[in-house]
Amino acid sequence: MSLLEISGLSISFGGLNAVSNFSLTMEKGHLYGLIGPNGAGKTTIFNMLTGVYKPTGGKILLDGENITGKNPEFISKAGIARTFQNIRLFDALSVLDNVKAGLHNRISYGMMTGIFRTPVYSRKENEMTEKAFEILKIFELDEKADLKASQLPYGQQRKLEIARALATDPKLLLLDEPAAGMNPNETAELMQTVRSVRDQFGIAILLIEHDMKFVMGICENITVLDYGKIIACGDPASVRSNPKVISAYLGGN
Amino acid sequence: MGTKRLGKYSKKYSEYISAFGVVIIFYIIVQIMAAAHVLTSSFAGQLIPVCAYAIMAVSLNLTVGILGELSLGHAGFMSVGAFSGVLVYTNFSAFMPAWAAMLCAIVTGAVTAGVFGILVGVPVLRLSGDYLAIVTLAFGEIIKNLLNAMYLGVDSAGVHISFKDAASMKLAPNGKTLINGALGITGIHKASTFTLGIVLLLITLIVILNLIHSRSGRAIMAIRDNEIAAQSIGIDLTKYKLMAFVTSAVFAGVAGVLYALNYSTLVATKFNYNTSIQVLVFVVLGGMGNITGSVIAAAVLTVLPEILRVMKDYRMLIYSIVLIIMMIFNQGPQMIAWRKRFISKIRENHSTGKEEH
Amino acid sequence: MQFLGHLINGLSLGSVYALIALGYTMVYGIAKMLNFAHGDIIMVGSYVVFFLFAKSGINPVLAVMAAMGVCLVLGVTIERVAYKPLRGASSLAVLITAIGVSYLLEQVAQLAWTANPKNFKSIVTIPPISLFDGQLIFSGETIVTVIACVLIMVVLIWFVNNTKAGHAMLAVSEDRGAAQLMGVNVNATISLTFAIGSALAAIAGALLCSSYPTLTPMTGAMPGIKAFVAAVFGGIGSIPGAFIGGILLGIIENLSKAYISTQLSDAIVFLVLIVVLLVKPTGLLGKKINVKV
Repeated sequence: MSLLEISGLSISFGGLNAVSNFSLTMEKGHLYGLIGPNGAGKTTIFNMLTGVYKPTGGKILLDGENITGKNPEFISKAGIARTFQNIRLFDALSVLDNVKAGLHNRISYGMMTGIFRTPVYSRKENEMTEKAFEILKIFELDEKADLKASQLPYGQQRKLEIARALATDPKLLLLDEPAAGMNPNETAELMQTVRSVRDQFGIAILLIEHDMKFVMGICENITVLDYGKIIACGDPASVRSNPKVISAYLGGN
Repeated sequence: MGTKRLGKYSKKYSEYISAFGVVIIFYIIVQIMAAAHVLTSSFAGQLIPVCAYAIMAVSLNLTVGILGELSLGHAGFMSVGAFSGVLVYTNFSAFMPAWAAMLCAIVTGAVTAGVFGILVGVPVLRLSGDYLAIVTLAFGEIIKNLLNAMYLGVDSAGVHISFKDAASMKLAPNGKTLINGALGITGIHKASTFTLGIVLLLITLIVILNLIHSRSGRAIMAIRDNEIAAQSIGIDLTKYKLMAFVTSAVFAGVAGVLYALNYSTLVATKFNYNTSIQVLVFVVLGGMGNITGSVIAAAVLTVLPEILRVMKDYRMLIYSIVLIIMMIFNQGPQMIAWRKRFISKIRENHSTGKEEH
Repeated sequence: MQFLGHLINGLSLGSVYALIALGYTMVYGIAKMLNFAHGDIIMVGSYVVFFLFAKSGINPVLAVMAAMGVCLVLGVTIERVAYKPLRGASSLAVLITAIGVSYLLEQVAQLAWTANPKNFKSIVTIPPISLFDGQLIFSGETIVTVIACVLIMVVLIWFVNNTKAGHAMLAVSEDRGAAQLMGVNVNATISLTFAIGSALAAIAGALLCSSYPTLTPMTGAMPGIKAFVAAVFGGIGSIPGAFIGGILLGIIENLSKAYISTQLSDAIVFLVLIVVLLVKPTGLLGKKINVKV
């Protein structure tokens, strides 16, 4: 049984077929890429996978469980985490608290425990703090734990968003244009980070990117989308040389 | 790790220290003034209202500053708490020591307000900002209108209620009228004390600060900062929005009981839109999300108009201007950018040449 | 027959709501904010008409036009001074500011004209129409209000669809950034929106007080809120929606007052809002707005 089986996924908005018949199978511990021109429907697919949109057709199975059309909270608990095209951090919270928020469903205690400060509170809060620091260390953000999230430079905000997503202990991580707005050095660093996340956590990663070096550099399998339909799917070499892809997207390079 | 963590803890507890510190210092100062006989009767009369409004401000800040939703009907929860609490106190104190009756009254006020918080919150919290504000305002008005038109009485046959007039209650001649429509409740025994007010305020602060600095508080603030992201990490939006809203309502109810048992009459029109706006001004002026600020603003703005007689007539006018100016200066993008430039210019002038980040 | 009478009165009340709702819906659709102070601009317009017509005997039409001018200037000034600096700020901040403005207007009115109710003299001079041997009476105010509402709506729809300024308003309501890049003067468009909305508020105020002649600084507040409910009911951002929402809400409110209770009629109006927002948030005629995720 594969980790994620998407079959025939489609959605239309007001008569316009944004995504048609999208299918993809993903296994644990592998890196997948999703590319295509702007407006091809890539983020829409992410939104369907995470429950933000309800698909009008098709099925999504996570570890055999049907999660099609479920709400975001359910899907997060089931094990899919994501980052967003426009970074969505909790700006007024500290870096540490952003990650702790990600641990919300992994280490939990009730409202009354928090108000009455029982020993359970101290134990679980310490657990959360330690786990959060562990994750921050991986992204070299532990020194900045007490800064407000909005005070981080852009590249580190991206990393924090990924850190928070990882805190939810997902089986599948969706990264929406993680390298957007980064210079070549930052991009190379991010590639390293994404690879090591895959290795350390053994999860599957699906990423949307426009930076071809990034995608070709780390993805094992790439799906190409154009006008909501798949026009190619395979390893980087075959996608790069696929004439349909070249004409639709790469512009003849 | 040791000293670093210590720094972090002192930061976290600084909010507790400042909030408690302000309240305790205020209490001590008042006691000293009383002992030295410099406590004027008008100032003394403001002590309990100050405590009540501080509790209102702190509880509203939980919804406005921590959850990030604008509730314009906070006075409505104060009102239901007041009426239910007074009814319980007045009737229980007949067969119970005063302190026990007071305890029952406070719990009743809190629970009643909490129930209303759930009744209003469940439909309302699915709405987004603007709509939510309007509907909470509407509910505040509806509660006021209903209580103002309520005739409640009890006789040997049981409890009677009418929203039309006293006669429709069909109360036996030897029955007791509990709530008399627009005249409200009269003949209340003034049971609130300043010490009680301080104690209730401290309890409010402990509960709300503990809530904020906990897993639930993080979830609530996450919803405030980015609802979509909060949802994506599996936070139940409805549950935590309701948690903040109902907790706010509960303490508004407590404030209502404290406030109402300080006067011999209680009318529904006392808790109106004006009151809700006043409390909002306390929250905005004290800083949204700043609990200590709410306490200080509530205290200062309740006492000041008594001291500055001139200000009394223009009080609400000044409040409205304060709201507008505070918002523009704190949240206007141009203002924020201008302030950042200004501050960095000052830093430049004062820098000793060291690299600053 | 009594039912028909209540229905007609509801139609009249609804027309006033529709006029007010038009202002709300235009500002919400184009400036993307809830102008809480709109109801209070109505109140100001009513006072102007009161002082010019009832107190000074100036021709009612001129009085209304003067009120339109005053409200227009007031609305545009408020936009420039209080709302424009907050473009891009959180909607909570904008809402609090709008509440501040609303409150400011109410307090200034109270200081200037006291809270004592003024007896508004109706600007309508048409006599009532009596049908079915006096069983059904349409007051002159009712007739004028409904006709004025329909006329204004028709003119407004024509304006939005057939003039350059109107197209600019549509563009800004769709995508402000794109509109700006296409050369639309966004500031002027938003100011125009507030100007039109406020001028309509003056007319609404004059007609509201003609039918319900008690005028206090708080007169505009509740109708303002209910008109907002009407705008949402009909579909916020839709002009025909504001009209339909207003009419329907007026009818619902009046029937509730007649057959259930006056106290509960307010509660029922807001119940409508809650039901609409839970069942069909875009209202009867509104479009779905997607938040970019």
